[in-house]
Amino acid sequence: MSEQNVLHDLVTKNEAEILQRWVDRQLAAASYRSDRISKVELSDQSRRFLSLFRQSTSSASADIYSPAWTNTRQMLEELSVNRAQQGFSPSETATFVFSLKEALFEGLQDQLPKDPKAGSALIFDTNQLLDKLGLFTTEVYQRGREQLIIRQQQELMELSTPVVTLWEGVLALPVIGTLDSARTQVVMENLLQRIVETGASIAIIDITGVPTVDTLTAQHLLKTVAAARLMGADCIISGIRPQIAQTIVHLGVDLGSVITKATLADAFSIALKRLGLGVTKVGAPKKRPEGEAQNRTDDRAWD
Amino acid sequence: MERIPILKMGEYLLVTIQVDMHDRLAMTLQDDLTGRIVDTRAKGVLIDISALEIVDSFIGRMLADIAAMSRVLDAETVVVGMRPAVAITLVELGLSLTGVRTALNVERGMDLLRERIRGRLSE
Repeated sequence: MSEQNVLHDLVTKNEAEILQRWVDRQLAAASYRSDRISKVELSDQSRRFLSLFRQSTSSASADIYSPAWTNTRQMLEELSVNRAQQGFSPSETATFVFSLKEALFEGLQDQLPKDPKAGSALIFDTNQLLDKLGLFTTEVYQRGREQLIIRQQQELMELSTPVVTLWEGVLALPVIGTLDSARTQVVMENLLQRIVETGASIAIIDITGVPTVDTLTAQHLLKTVAAARLMGADCIISGIRPQIAQTIVHLGVDLGSVITKATLADAFSIALKRLGLGVTKVGAPKKRPEGEAQNRTDDRAWD
Repeated sequence: MERIPILKMGEYLLVTIQVDMHDRLAMTLQDDLTGRIVDTRAKGVLIDISALEIVDSFIGRMLADIAAMSRVLDAETVVVGMRPAVAITLVELGLSLTGVRTALNVERGMDLLRERIRGRLSE
């Protein structure tokens, strides 16, 4: 008789007793979180797992990835995902499986095979089996976490690239955070889409929130500007901080073909001027001749 | 053989590309258009590519070439209606069509052409 079958018999004969001891142990353990999981739920989970475990051990296979273990694996997967969501740590999740070891052997000394060799082999194999299952829960837990991180990254990316309409025909794109390739793609798509929707002719890219600009970031910016130009919209880059201006020059990046302004306000006023609009104070005395002359020279400087 | 129609509107030529461009068609268009510019003594060419879903490097270069050729023949070229996806692709291909004027739609393109030609006449 193989160890697996001995284990199966052992569990089958003493299932209720083992379950009782296992649940008691889990409830008594320091890692038990009464705030996260109720006693009833824990007992239910334990009972389900033990019964599936018993079914799986009836096969001769000790490989937990074999078909005989599918149900057990599924149950553990579900449990790990739930616990990850409930805020359990990975070790607390794995302890669920590991604590079964003690419960299995404690009090069953007399039922173990009389032959010491066979007895230690049984304990050793069962240990190994439960270790594998425990590690499996950790793996699933980790995977769940990774998925969560990826989803958050995506959400962050979408959230952090709003395109706002400043005026009819003027869009602003405040970029916050580092511009990498993936982000540039999203930014570019959003901007171009909005240009089509609003028919804007000027887009202001504000990089106040971009911590550093390296050659790659600059290249991404220039790409966005070029793409917008292909759609018939002009781009202004604003919010260039002194340090960034220095970096750009030191890196030898050529922003010559792009209009750059220090602040969003400057960029906006240029955009308005381009559209033939202006901002005046209500009720301010009109100094026509001077103001007009001023504007005209400005316009010329623009072309 | 299929051809892309070139419409004359006053002193402008209007080219609307409604079918998928393949290289042969692009070459024919280049020939036809340069011929028509000379024949009609057109001052402006407007190329509408809003129906084009795919613009590869060859077509991109062709657009740039047409703009350059028209300039030699004393006509301004405006490319209008480029789709966002096409714009992104062209930029990724490294073709930013530096010499080509662009506009969002036909209306804006015509405004731009008129402005340019008026500007040139007053010089």
